[in-house]
Amino acid sequence: MGTRKLVDARGSFCPGPLMELIAAMKAAQVGDELEVLSSDKGSAHDIPEWINKVKHEHIETREEDGVWHVVVRKAK
Amino acid sequence: MSNRISVMVVSGSRERLQMAAMVASVGAVSGNDVHVFLSMNALSYFVREAPKEPPVEGPVGTLLAEKKVPPFRELFANAVDLGEAKIYPCSMAMDVLALERKDLVDFVGEPMGLTKFLDEASTGQVWTF
Repeated sequence: MGTRKLVDARGSFCPGPLMELIAAMKAAQVGDELEVLSSDKGSAHDIPEWINKVKHEHIETREEDGVWHVVVRKAK
Repeated sequence: MSNRISVMVVSGSRERLQMAAMVASVGAVSGNDVHVFLSMNALSYFVREAPKEPPVEGPVGTLLAEKKVPPFRELFANAVDLGEAKIYPCSMAMDVLALERKDLVDFVGEPMGLTKFLDEASTGQVWTF
């Protein structure tokens, strides 16, 4: 089982949170989960699009107190 | 299935440089083969020493400067580092501005002529900013 890493991209705007996630993905191991925190609603919609396009695994997207949490598992 | 995306950047406005950087970075990290050609007023914003902040076209440009939007140079660097994009300075603009390759930021590659860029852009999407 992999670990879960937090990527805090609150305050940034598209495509900042996506770029921060991808940089963290590069350093992660296959099977690891990453949770991006974003205050940018556009990124909350766009990051899952990227996850599906490049074929990682989208675990969930949820909003808590105005912060979007997008969870992805590195699949390759 | 890698698609070619060719991005020609000629404007020196903040909004257009930002949009070009967004297309290049998101395109490159999404598995596309991204080539960027920097020419005309855009090129001087990729000079290593004392990069000037570009003028805004309108109110959104001012907001880009005020809010925590990723700077366009950082996004172009992301395109190269995270997405293996290629960024070429236009050889004609280099000549006109009397620039050498060493004068430009590290993520910019070797100068390219228009003939070669047009040949490389002959398939896939072509975007101009």
